[in-house]
Amino acid sequence: MIHLTRDPIDSGALLDAVRDPLCGAVVLFLGTVRELTGAVRTVHLEYDAYAPMAEQKLREVAALAGQLWPLKRVGIVHRLGKLDVGDIAVAVAVSTPHRAEAFAAAEFIMDTVKELVPIWKQENAPDGSAEWVHGTTPP
Amino acid sequence: MIVQLFAGARELAGAASIHLNLPDGATVADLRQALLLRHPGLAPLLARSRIAVDREFADDSAVVPDGAEVAVIPPVSGG
Repeated sequence: MIHLTRDPIDSGALLDAVRDPLCGAVVLFLGTVRELTGAVRTVHLEYDAYAPMAEQKLREVAALAGQLWPLKRVGIVHRLGKLDVGDIAVAVAVSTPHRAEAFAAAEFIMDTVKELVPIWKQENAPDGSAEWVHGTTPP
Repeated sequence: MIVQLFAGARELAGAASIHLNLPDGATVADLRQALLLRHPGLAPLLARSRIAVDREFADDSAVVPDGAEVAVIPPVSGG
């Protein structure tokens, strides 16, 4: 349930995997490839990772969230390789007894993934140019 | 020692990894210096990058153990 993949992400399967009889709340977050970043148009994104460390960090982020909220189950899947506009790049699913902590935990997991996990995106523009995103372009 | 490079760092160096000879007791700061001597063009991005030693972020003062798995981690942009 916590891994990297080069295949399309099955968000329904992830959602089902975290459902639990003890939980009254399930939150699913999907990060999808956006066509416009400011005025810059993206044709596709290429994601790369330092895979062994990235998977280890994903597990650490999930464990940390589990210390902060009463998470029953957590799923995090990040896709690598070439993604087109609209594709799911990342999916986070959590289940908790009540909804407030599910929303909070899912947000925390995404924020922390974007800060700590060694995964990078390369923006590919309509003119064929490609640029790795390292925090110098607008979010 | 092999230093793995990713994303923009890989592009700037034109290589997925760099082989460096560091003395015993070398620190992460020493490693950064050795990388810059080899690839001066890495300077601006390396200054904003973290160094991972055995898959954990390491401070500049940390000693790099012999045989460690080392990687340059430019600012991440997953999600």
